Amino acid sequence: MKILVAVKRVIDYNVQIRVKEDGSGVVTDNVKMSTNPPDDNAIEEAVKIKEAGKASEIIAVTVGEEKAQETVRKALAVGADRGIHVKVDSILEPLAVSKILKKIVEKENPDLVFMGKQAIDDDCNQTGQMLAAHLNWPQATFASKIEVKENSLEVTREVDEGLETIEVNTPAIVTCDLRLNEPRYASLPNIMKAKKKPIEQINASDLGVDTNPRIEHIKIEEPPKRKAGIKVASVEELVQKLKNEAKVI
Amino acid sequence: MSVLLIAEHNNKEVKSFTLNAITAASQIDQDLHVLLIGHNADDVAKSLSEVPLVKKVLHMDNEIYENYIAENYTSAILKHADKYSHIVCSANTFGKNLMPRIAALLDISQVSDIIKVIAPDTFLRPIYAGNAFATVKSNDEKKCITIRPTSFEAAETTGGSAEIEKVDAADKTENTKFVNREEIKSDRPELGTARIVISGGRGLQSGENFKLITDVADKLNAAIGASRAAVDAGYITNEHQVGQTGKVVVPDLYIAVGISGAIQHLAGMKESKVIVAINKDGEAPIFSVADYGLEADLFEALPQFLEELNKLNTIQK
Repeated sequence: MKILVAVKRVIDYNVQIRVKEDGSGVVTDNVKMSTNPPDDNAIEEAVKIKEAGKASEIIAVTVGEEKAQETVRKALAVGADRGIHVKVDSILEPLAVSKILKKIVEKENPDLVFMGKQAIDDDCNQTGQMLAAHLNWPQATFASKIEVKENSLEVTREVDEGLETIEVNTPAIVTCDLRLNEPRYASLPNIMKAKKKPIEQINASDLGVDTNPRIEHIKIEEPPKRKAGIKVASVEELVQKLKNEAKVI
Repeated sequence: MSVLLIAEHNNKEVKSFTLNAITAASQIDQDLHVLLIGHNADDVAKSLSEVPLVKKVLHMDNEIYENYIAENYTSAILKHADKYSHIVCSANTFGKNLMPRIAALLDISQVSDIIKVIAPDTFLRPIYAGNAFATVKSNDEKKCITIRPTSFEAAETTGGSAEIEKVDAADKTENTKFVNREEIKSDRPELGTARIVISGGRGLQSGENFKLITDVADKLNAAIGASRAAVDAGYITNEHQVGQTGKVVVPDLYIAVGISGAIQHLAGMKESKVIVAINKDGEAPIFSVADYGLEADLFEALPQFLEELNKLNTIQK
C-alpha cells in the first residue's frame, strides 16, 4: 500500500502574526516558518502504518514556493521515503491546490492520501474534501483514530457532538486532527539520511491546471482590539463588578 | 437567484447552528430556501417551515439519509444547485466536512467561515486563528459559503409558514458506511451555545481539581471549557477544548481559570462579551483580553468565588 501525504509550509504556530500596514497581507519576511501542525500528524500516522507493515511507501508532497521544500525534507526526516515539490510562484487557493494534488495522485496512484484537517494560515479547511471530490473518493475528515483493514479504513472522527466512526473503502482521503497521534521529532542521523532522499521538482505550470485566483483579497486588517480591562483586588470585588457593572450574573 | 441553505439536524430537531446560519444566509439574499436531507424528519421540516426567514423548505426523505454522510449529501445538493446563486451552511464539523466537496464539483472556490456579510459577493472572515480579518470578494458566478455560527444571532423559530416541497433522493455512495456515533451527554448547557462558560487550564494541576470548576459551573449554570494544555495533560476530555483547534465560543461571560492565554486559546474565546481571568501570574497574556482580572491563587479564589456567588440570590438561570 502506498500513502501520499500532503504537507504545507505555514507561519509557525507560536508566532504572533503581524498585519502589513497597507492591508495587503501578513508579514512573512524573517518570520519562523514550519510545517502546518496537523500535517505533522498526517505524516506521523503514515509512518506508523508503514512501521506496522501495512504500507510499503510514503510520498510527501507539497505545493508552494522554493522554500516549501523544507517541509518535504522534514517529512523525509521522520520517515517518508521520497518527496515531490510542486513549485508555484503565488499563494494558491485550496481549489487550485486540490486540482494540482489530483494530478499527483493520478501520477502516483496511492491507496491513501493523508493531510492535516486545516492549514493554520488561511484556516480554509477545504483541500482534502476538494481532492476527494475531484477523485470521487470517500473522505474521512477530522480523524482522531485510523484502523487499517483489508480494503478499507475505519476512521473515528472528532465531530461537534463527540466522536463518529465511519468505514471508508480505499482508495480514500483522510484529513487528520491533532489528537490522532503524537508526532515524533526527527533524529540527527535521520535528518542526515533525509538529505539523500530524492525530491522530485515539478512546475505547477506544467500540470495544465487552472490556478487563477477566484477570490480577491480586498483588505487584510487587524481584528478590533478589546479595550483594556481592569484588575480587581479581591474575589468579593470581582463578584460585585460582575453583578453590578457588567450585569452578567 | 436565491440562497440554498443546508440544514443540520438529527432527524428530530434542527441543530442550533443552522439557525445562526439562517440569519447570515438571509443577509445575503432574502429568498432563502432550506434543503433538509434526512429520514423520517417531518418534524424538522415543519419546524424549519416555521422560521420566518425561511421562504421554502425542500425536504428530501430517504433511508439512505438516516445518518449524515458527506458523499450522499453532496449528490443530493448538486441536484438542486443550478437554481441557486449561493449554497451555504454552518462552519462547524458538519459544514466544514460537506461544503468543500460540493464546491469542488461545481468548480467554485469556497469562502470559509464568514463572520460578516458585507455584500452578496463580499464577506469578512478571520484568518490566522482570528489574529487577522480578511475582506474577500468571490468572483465565481455561484458562491459556496460556510458561516461561523457564533458570529450571527439565531433566527426566530416561530411565526413563519414556508411551503414544504418534497424532493427526490439522489445517488448513494457505496464507499462510505456509518458505523456509530458516541455522543457526549450532559445536563449542562452546550459549550458552543452556553450563556456562561468557565474554563480551566494547566493551572488546575489535575483532573480531580476540575471539581473546583464544576462546582462554580453548577452554581452559574455554565458550560465547562478547557485550554488545550489541560486537555493534553489529560485533566479533561477534548470536547471541552476551547481554542483554535477546539471550539470557538462567544458567551456573555467567559471565566478563564489557570489559563495563561496562549494565542491558540485566545482565538477561541476573545470575542466573548465579558471576560474574567483568574491567574496567579500577573504577567499572563490572558489578562490582556480580560475585562476583569484577578491575580490570585485559583485554589483559594475559586472556593471564595463560589461562596460569594452563594451569597447572591439573583443568579440568572
